[in-house]
Amino acid sequence: MEGIFYTLQDFMTHTKGVTYIIMVLALISITAFWRFLSDRDDD
Amino acid sequence: MSDQNVVAKKSFFPPDRSLYTPLNVVCGVILLVGLLLTVMRFTGGLAAVTNLDDNYPWGLWIGFDLMAGVALAAGGYTTSAACYIFGMKRFHSAVRPAILTGFLGYALVVLSLNYDVGRPWRLPYPFIVQRGTTSLLFEVAACVALYLTVLFLEYCPAALEWLGLRKLRNALVKVTMVLTIFGVVLSTLHQSSLGALFLIAPSKLHPLWYSTYIPVYFFISSIIAGLSMVIFEGTLSHKYLHEKMDETYIAEHDGLVIGFAKGASFVMAGYVIIKVIGIAVDNQWHLLATPYGLWYLVELLGFVALPCYLYAVGARDKNLKLIQWTSVIAVLGIILNRLNVCLIAFNWYLPWEKKYIPHWGEVGLTVFMLTIGVLIFKFISTKQPIFYEHPDYKGHH
Repeated sequence: MEGIFYTLQDFMTHTKGVTYIIMVLALISITAFWRFLSDRDDD
Repeated sequence: MSDQNVVAKKSFFPPDRSLYTPLNVVCGVILLVGLLLTVMRFTGGLAAVTNLDDNYPWGLWIGFDLMAGVALAAGGYTTSAACYIFGMKRFHSAVRPAILTGFLGYALVVLSLNYDVGRPWRLPYPFIVQRGTTSLLFEVAACVALYLTVLFLEYCPAALEWLGLRKLRNALVKVTMVLTIFGVVLSTLHQSSLGALFLIAPSKLHPLWYSTYIPVYFFISSIIAGLSMVIFEGTLSHKYLHEKMDETYIAEHDGLVIGFAKGASFVMAGYVIIKVIGIAVDNQWHLLATPYGLWYLVELLGFVALPCYLYAVGARDKNLKLIQWTSVIAVLGIILNRLNVCLIAFNWYLPWEKKYIPHWGEVGLTVFMLTIGVLIFKFISTKQPIFYEHPDYKGHH
């Protein structure tokens, strides 16, 4: 049962859900990465 | 020519040296073998020097010379856009070397294409006979032809300063901004279209590399390639053409390397994110545990995520050596990505005995093209004001 999608609706719900979670994490990570990248610019 | 000009030129051109240096001899042998292979190619056809077949109509010349070549020649549009469109004038001294690298890169792409297509005399057909304007190949052909023209015009001021044709040079410098905008638009179009060519082959390209986002991947990775190539080319130029550089170029170089490393690092981080999103959208996670999946992770983690981190550390610590070595990894990563898409992950389901292995003639002609590029770059940058401002035109930008 696990990992099997019987309808396109199931598939889209699953993949979009995962993608949205990744997007939220990515937006937080990229902001942190930018700070890491540029926090010594004033030195 | 003014006295000042003569003195300046003499200081940049050392007395003649012997032609029989080890480098020249090696290059001479490569060129001779290349010319021999050229004769074989155009008398014996593609079968004489390639292992191309119906499964692999595109081989090393498309995967490396064209796909990787176009990506690595992206330094021209990234540097000129940074300088002229985004106003980062501190990168100005890097524009001419980047434009020259881009111009030679595209010129060699077109030269390689003459070897690769069955009937090269039909290359102009998309413009004069065919009306296949809905074809992606038409779009690529149109953009590459136009962008090669734009790069030639962007490079011309250096040649015209060298030739002393002031009026023509001044006229071309006046349209720099127009050419830069045109160059960025054309690059955006054809860099992505090269990736979009693979949209037609969802069953042939491995699902981890195939994605409906592949045009975006190609465009974003071309920015990484362009920035990394400028750092890499600058490092080599510093080592071998240092005496041709003026004070402005040398003074701006460190800032340029750090600035471009920072830019490349940030774009790479974005690239890793959109690649992960591509896997999530198609739900291909299970493929990561296969041999092809591990190879995919080597490409993504070893040649994108790792240089992304190393560039970031290098830019933070202002560690030029680290950045310069990282640019080598990044350039190799772009080449690996294009070879993966075009050759390695293409027809991935075929048994090993049916896989494409390049003929020695294909490898030889690829080395021939690279050698021509390096020699012309060295010739032009030695003779013309590429790494220094011409004394008659100081501050004329």
